[in-house]
Amino acid sequence: MQRFVLIAIPYAWLLALFLIPFVIVFKISLSDIALAIPPYTPTLGDGVGPFFSALDFENFAFLASDDLYWKAYISSLRIAAISTILTLLVGYPIAYAMARAPEEWRPTLMMLVILPFWTSFLIRVYAWMGILSQEGFLNQFLLWAGLIDAPLTILNTTTAVYIGIVYTYVPFMILPIFAALDRLDGSLIEAAEDLGCSRLQAFWLVTIPLSKNGIIAGSFLVFIPALGEFVIPSLLGGSGTLMIGKVLWEEFFNNRDWPVASAVAVILLLILIIPIVLFQRNQQRQAEEEA
Amino acid sequence: MNRLSWFNVTSLTLGFAFLYLPMVILVLYSFNESKLVTVWAGFSTKWYGELLQNEAFLDAAWVTIKVAVISSTFATVLGTMAAYVLVRGGRFLGRTLFSGMIYAPLVMPEVITGLSLLLLFIGIGLDRGVLTIVLAHTTFSMCYVSVVVSSRLMTFDRSLEEAALDLGCSSFDAFRLVTLPIIAPAVISGWLLAFTLSLDDLVIASFTAGPSATTLPIKIFSAVRLGVSPEINALSTIMIGIVTVGVISASLISKRNSLRQQRDEQAAARTA
Repeated sequence: MQRFVLIAIPYAWLLALFLIPFVIVFKISLSDIALAIPPYTPTLGDGVGPFFSALDFENFAFLASDDLYWKAYISSLRIAAISTILTLLVGYPIAYAMARAPEEWRPTLMMLVILPFWTSFLIRVYAWMGILSQEGFLNQFLLWAGLIDAPLTILNTTTAVYIGIVYTYVPFMILPIFAALDRLDGSLIEAAEDLGCSRLQAFWLVTIPLSKNGIIAGSFLVFIPALGEFVIPSLLGGSGTLMIGKVLWEEFFNNRDWPVASAVAVILLLILIIPIVLFQRNQQRQAEEEA
Repeated sequence: MNRLSWFNVTSLTLGFAFLYLPMVILVLYSFNESKLVTVWAGFSTKWYGELLQNEAFLDAAWVTIKVAVISSTFATVLGTMAAYVLVRGGRFLGRTLFSGMIYAPLVMPEVITGLSLLLLFIGIGLDRGVLTIVLAHTTFSMCYVSVVVSSRLMTFDRSLEEAALDLGCSSFDAFRLVTLPIIAPAVISGWLLAFTLSLDDLVIASFTAGPSATTLPIKIFSAVRLGVSPEINALSTIMIGIVTVGVISASLISKRNSLRQQRDEQAAARTA
């Protein structure tokens, strides 16, 4: 009896507030828009018969016919992929240096990587608005240093979105790579060097393959949330940056087209399932390897 | 081996400069006299004064804290239960679905979670306000809590629980007297995580908040959309300050506790 209650409460909560809402999104994505509150038809109040007969794939056909949505999906995938690579390039050297640092420093370095994660995401993105704008800190610095003659336009471009994603997600890349490198046996690298490898070769042939699991985990941890990102493109990307999270938001709040917003959500979810499943498999395999 | 090469020193310096400079700049400019955020016109704390007189911000801050305290408390209870069920519950009908529902919200884009919850609330005719934000935040943060707690549950020695049961504890007492004290640090960090997630959340709150309740991130977002403002810098500085003090003191406390535990164990070993 006790066990039943213990299972039932969190189970019922998640069913009611996680699973059922998804079913509703799916249902509304198959409905027609109506100028009412809620702005879609049909509702379940009309009875089950008309409810099912009125469902159709019109919204999905609309998404497929309108260029905007295709472009938004493709551009989200591209932005997420490129920023994942950039985050890896920024994060790997940091993780590597942390793993090579004296043992007594490592907990402090770890805390310094995690600390920004506890501060507001919104504030960390906002901080870059003041840095990247035309008369912002970066331009002032570059002008002062004589590196450029006229201020660069960075804010409200895709470049700013890359910077924002790398900045906010780099801890997710550093931590798994650091965990992999921390366990790496230093004598393996010494052996490679004794056997005639140059330092670079040893790094490429020994260190990188042995930190592969960390690289894969970190990349998924950046790629998956970056794909559905809303705050970064809307604050740093300006109107020129198309990302699907932003399109969904505007469809819902500005155009008040709930069925189309729901259809956008359903497709985003379908796109996300592939990397999520791959990530899960990778984690499982890793756990088995360690066991 | 333990001496850092110049390459490693450079990457650590540049890396941490990248992580921290933006926030340092933000904090510095919050003390700027000028309304123009990028022109330095002398030291001043006037933006903090204006912030304290801004009723809309203060109201939103109050709503945010209220929502965060309530939702993280519910999330901790539900998340700990869920973790216990996952690790100790054995087999039951729909276990795969249950663990799927625990892990899925962690990777779900916030726009989808927010949209789906809003459609649910409208579907059942619930007025949007503090209650709906609390429900939404509880749902996604309980999953984080349950991940944190279940990793602790997996590593601890089960024979302790079994001993309590053998000695006549009911299973509830065994949980209360043995399991809970052992997993307490994980439960507390789960609560803290849920609290910061709720404090931080913009997207889900925007979908589930109604005209009667606005949270601080929603207010900040609508102000920031119009551009950089020194008042927001001041507000950010306060928030960064609170988090820094909180995280550093939490880590000092946990360090002191583990030192004390070590000392106690050594003392116990000596007397034995």
